[in-house]
Amino acid sequence: MNEVSVRAPKISRDRLKKKLYFFSLVAALLILAAFFSEYLCPYDPYAQDMSLAKAAPSAQHLLGTDRYGRDMLSRVIAGSFTSIFSTLALVGFITVLGTIIGVFCAWAGKWIDTVLMRLADMFLAFPGLVFALAVAAVLGGGVHNAIFALAAISWPKYARLARSQTLAQQELPYMQAVRMAGSSPLKIIRKHVLPNIAGPILVTAMLDIGTMMIELAGLSFLGLGAKPPIPEWGSMMSDTRNLLATQPWVTLAPGFAIFLSVMIFNLLGDTVRDWLDPKNRR
Amino acid sequence: MEKILEARHLRKVFQAGSREPLLAVDDVSFAVGAGEKVALIGESGSGKSTVAKLITRLLAVTDGQIFLDGEEITRARGMKLKQAYRKMQMVFQSPVDSFDPRCTLGDGIAESLRNHGYAKAEAGAETARLMELCGLRPELSDCYPYEVSGGQCQRAAIARALAIRPKLLILDEATSALDVTVQAEIMSLLNRLQRELSMSYLFICHDIALVQDFCDRVLVMHNGRIVEEGTADEVIRHPQKKYTQMLIDSVL
Amino acid sequence: MSEIIRYEHVDISYYEKRVVQDISFAVQPGEILGIAGESGSGKSTLLRAAMGLLGRGGVVTRGDIWYGDKDLPDLPVKELRALCGSEMAMIFQSAGNSFCAIRTVGAQLWEMMQAHGKKDKVAFAEQARDILAKFGFASPGRILDSYPFELSGGMQQRVGVAAAMLLQPKLLLADEPTSALDVTVQKQVIEEMLLARKLFGTSILLVTHNIGVIRKMADEVLIMKDGACVEYGNTHEVMERPQSAYTKKLLAAVPCLRR
Repeated sequence: MNEVSVRAPKISRDRLKKKLYFFSLVAALLILAAFFSEYLCPYDPYAQDMSLAKAAPSAQHLLGTDRYGRDMLSRVIAGSFTSIFSTLALVGFITVLGTIIGVFCAWAGKWIDTVLMRLADMFLAFPGLVFALAVAAVLGGGVHNAIFALAAISWPKYARLARSQTLAQQELPYMQAVRMAGSSPLKIIRKHVLPNIAGPILVTAMLDIGTMMIELAGLSFLGLGAKPPIPEWGSMMSDTRNLLATQPWVTLAPGFAIFLSVMIFNLLGDTVRDWLDPKNRR
Repeated sequence: MEKILEARHLRKVFQAGSREPLLAVDDVSFAVGAGEKVALIGESGSGKSTVAKLITRLLAVTDGQIFLDGEEITRARGMKLKQAYRKMQMVFQSPVDSFDPRCTLGDGIAESLRNHGYAKAEAGAETARLMELCGLRPELSDCYPYEVSGGQCQRAAIARALAIRPKLLILDEATSALDVTVQAEIMSLLNRLQRELSMSYLFICHDIALVQDFCDRVLVMHNGRIVEEGTADEVIRHPQKKYTQMLIDSVL
Repeated sequence: MSEIIRYEHVDISYYEKRVVQDISFAVQPGEILGIAGESGSGKSTLLRAAMGLLGRGGVVTRGDIWYGDKDLPDLPVKELRALCGSEMAMIFQSAGNSFCAIRTVGAQLWEMMQAHGKKDKVAFAEQARDILAKFGFASPGRILDSYPFELSGGMQQRVGVAAAMLLQPKLLLADEPTSALDVTVQKQVIEEMLLARKLFGTSILLVTHNIGVIRKMADEVLIMKDGACVEYGNTHEVMERPQSAYTKKLLAAVPCLRR
């Protein structure tokens, strides 16, 4: 008789939760910092001092100054307010709008569904920048119009997602049980559909924050977003792009700020997605 | 005997895109009397689950009429359908999937009570009573469906179906996802409830042996049609049709 | 020792939680061992352990699974893969899902044969047709040319059994092979598996919750509850004179047709 072997189980600890807490904390700090950015600036971001123009980074001005002698660090910090909150507003708006339209389409069906979804296709077919240019031409530039332009071409993604998720929920057995319990459609949507489709929509929104931030910065870069002198990362890069060869810090500082924020939101989105993934639940 | 449910010449055609239309239910007529236990047996694809969905109005009929307690409900909608669901409830095949994963069992059972005018506190008390009636501890009302066993979940589903005191209970493969020992418990629960509440059952099932012990009358479905009908013992011991004979011979 | 496969004091854990404990049994050549139990009893886990299919977090923490002189849980993945298919084959609850939907049945079987070093495609086609014919398929060529979704669930399962026999394995591991099937089809699949044993002398390790299937097929039976063995012995003996209280309860709960 052979001896009975014993094998030790490999223990794999779940690090996902820690990761989630960490990135949530970092993102929360970023948003908080953006909210109080006014008070965090070491100098007035609008104060010009021509004697200090285009100064290299130093102990007084950690990121140097731009061509009007404004402190770059202060401008980057102040710029976070417009950049981050306009992005959050945009993402929040398209998420809510898209979800409402999507759920409505799935529930109504028939011609309403067809009409709204073809409309969504139409908006999807517009190239973002061209549409933004058109909006800017008609309504003028500015952050609000840039948000409007991006919202108009981004909501269909959420509408489609919400619609397909709702249709999937409608097929589930519990939906039949709920219908037989005599609940009204509005109650079913509020109590059963929305909580069950919220997960994937939230994850998409999280992952979209980064994309939308870049798109908004891009529009500002082209002069279609925030107007100077309001600090905004995209327009700051655009203003100073001819200094890239000689005083690179002026352009790189806002660029790096965009890069960092986008990365934080993307990593948070990824973590949330992993966390909600049923495969990672035990 | 008074008829609680009557289906007349039901037909259902599934039309999907450009594909050949599928005749799932073809001229099905039957009745369920008050306090009667009727079984609908057949193999997968025979149309028995479609029949259940047609009479519960979860699917629209192509042709035919459905009468519930003397009233026609073939095209009932809105309030009229809600009234119909007071008289007829259903227990589904997969207990866990028949509850919203984000609601507790208690919420699920109380939902129909709340919809039919119970106040929150009343609904809570009634839920506790129903759970006890179905052999569940009241603490389980705070559990989510995936936290309890399949048998407990199916008991909760039965409690939910009984909440508004229906006259007819439709059981669509209600025990086939459960273990045999649990199935035996659920069947004895159903028997007890039927004696106490004198409901009618429409029992949709593929297990012929189970039907023999449980039901008064058996309808055999094949390819969307009812091919044989009679008392359970008649059909099983002296099948008239070749298909029924084959079905019975295949039972191990 | 002439056994095909032997489990010795096997414990299996998922993430430190023990789901199978101290199971021992042996299967002789040409023998069918039925493992019965209710959901959560660990019967499928037991079968998966042999094929290295425990998945994430699952590990055989104690005991050995001997296939000849090879201890399967300690075998390198590569060697285990070489055994799978040629020496041991597995049949799942729905064979349809283990076929790829976009290629024909024949193409997938050929791929499987190539993975085991077969080179001659003509010989393969002949052999495949031959084996399907042996299992009573009316037109084997048509089956090989069809896509999985063109076959009914029962047909897929029957093709699955025939495909598993292509390499003439010594051991067939069947995990709930008939549970998704209608009774009339279940009967055909059972007869097909019995025929496989008759033709090739294959041993079968059969996991099912259906006592009727056990009664019909198994020579020996092992009843499991909560990861442990409650009864192990000759099928006829166990069915007629169950010893443990659980087996008695289980058998009493099975509805029996009175003809």
